[in-house]
Amino acid sequence: MAEAAGQRIPAPGGPVIEVRDLVTHYGERQILHGVSLEVRPGEIMVIMGGSGSGKSTLLRHLLGLERPSSGSIRILGRELTEMSELELYQQSRRIGVAFQGGALLSSLSVGENVMLPLREHTKLDPGTMEIMMRLKLEIVSLAGFEKLMPSELSGGMIKRAAFARAIIMDPALLFCDEPSAGLDPVVSRALDELILRLRDAMRMSIVVVTHELESAFRIADRLAVLDRGRILALGSVEEVRGSPNPRIQNLLQRRFEEEVLDPEAYLERLTGGVAP
Amino acid sequence: MPLPEGAGSRVVRGAESVGRSAVAALDAVGFGASLLSQSGVWLLFGRRRGQAVRAQPVFAEMMEIGIRALPIVTMLSLTIGMMLAIQGIDSLRPFGAEYQVTIGVTLSVTREFAPLITGILVAGRSGSALAARLGSMTIQSEIDALRVMGVNPVRYLVVPSLLAMLIMLPCLVIWSDLVALGGAGLYVTSELGMSLGAYADQSLKYLDVEDLLHGLSKSALFAALITVIAVVDGSRVRGGAEGVGRATTSSVVHAISAIVLTDMLFVYAATR
Repeated sequence: MAEAAGQRIPAPGGPVIEVRDLVTHYGERQILHGVSLEVRPGEIMVIMGGSGSGKSTLLRHLLGLERPSSGSIRILGRELTEMSELELYQQSRRIGVAFQGGALLSSLSVGENVMLPLREHTKLDPGTMEIMMRLKLEIVSLAGFEKLMPSELSGGMIKRAAFARAIIMDPALLFCDEPSAGLDPVVSRALDELILRLRDAMRMSIVVVTHELESAFRIADRLAVLDRGRILALGSVEEVRGSPNPRIQNLLQRRFEEEVLDPEAYLERLTGGVAP
Repeated sequence: MPLPEGAGSRVVRGAESVGRSAVAALDAVGFGASLLSQSGVWLLFGRRRGQAVRAQPVFAEMMEIGIRALPIVTMLSLTIGMMLAIQGIDSLRPFGAEYQVTIGVTLSVTREFAPLITGILVAGRSGSALAARLGSMTIQSEIDALRVMGVNPVRYLVVPSLLAMLIMLPCLVIWSDLVALGGAGLYVTSELGMSLGAYADQSLKYLDVEDLLHGLSKSALFAALITVIAVVDGSRVRGGAEGVGRATTSSVVHAISAIVLTDMLFVYAATR
């Protein structure tokens, strides 16, 4: 039975995320140019790209924080672009998000932050919530830190606490925004291991948005390389590494690619469109 | 007469800038109205929508907005009451009417000074704190985090502040009325040799329930204005910590301007 309580459950083995021809604009500027991709159940999909490639915009659309100009986004079998605000809130209970900076509420302790989704969406008694909170903090190696405030944690600890909050409702789908950004290699590697552990232990589908190549190659089952709002490559780590596309090779070799402008456009950019 | 070279484009740019500011102001007013209506919906139907407004954050906000503001409200109200009595007696003495000071002080405190001063004080103290809190939450993606956790930010952050403000500002105004009239009484009794009982009798004789309600209705309006302006300014922060500072300052300026303007319109409508 595909329908349950008005909610379509994705067919077993079918994609948990299906993006088709996604187009989006900020004002008059087009950011995403017909992006299409799929995320399969239980896989880690890494969306990779440089600054300004549109990966953060794509993530905001996948989270329902922005509405696209056109295109379709199906998450866990439901069309995101057609959902009302209340339907989005219901859907978000099945999704966890670990933001780049953690986004822990600074007025709440680590434990209260982790328990927040439980407090808001369940009728569990406080004792059970605390046990679940400690369990998740244990998973992210933060046991005993529940009474600290976010301002008392290091960058790596904040990210791990954000992971604990993201998985507290045992989501089917986890999004991680730049998990390694700004961390030293040891902590970054520990977070990669945590992501792999979450996939294996909790059978989550995980979408990681990052620009860190080492981290991406370490954790990805499949990679999507985004550049100037378009998917340049989509496939396994080997397929992406072996891509003949020069823009992908530039990204992999960390070669800076200078933008080629015709003289007219360059003059217009310098003068702001006003004749000197 | 033809415009000098370049003047035309300056006029056009000036008109554009005025137009943009007007559109931004209208947009902010629309957003504020939408926040108010959303707050009403969450307050009334939150439980049915699976996200009831919780009492604990409302009490916490009431503590912050009301109880912790008591010392400063008391000090200012006492000072203003005495200041009005000093000015009143000094102005009426040449006419031999200094005993009429009680009526002037009683009406100006209850109808005007207590709600206005308390409103301005709460705008500077709690409105700015709310704008700063929301601004810093916005730039640190905490508002987005709430949304993706399925928690409506209006229900979770705005409604408790709005409710607390709507309850506590009128309470502070009642307290300010009492303290200011008490302060005025201290000066009047010592200056005019009147007993405190006679002063209180005279005050109550001139004071109408309508005067009290006039002040309290205004304070409820101010409460809504302070909260909505703080939320609008705080949630539109751009540009990091500097942006939070700018939003906090503009929230205080906007709230005080709105309070004074609303006060004038309210008085005009209520006294005609």
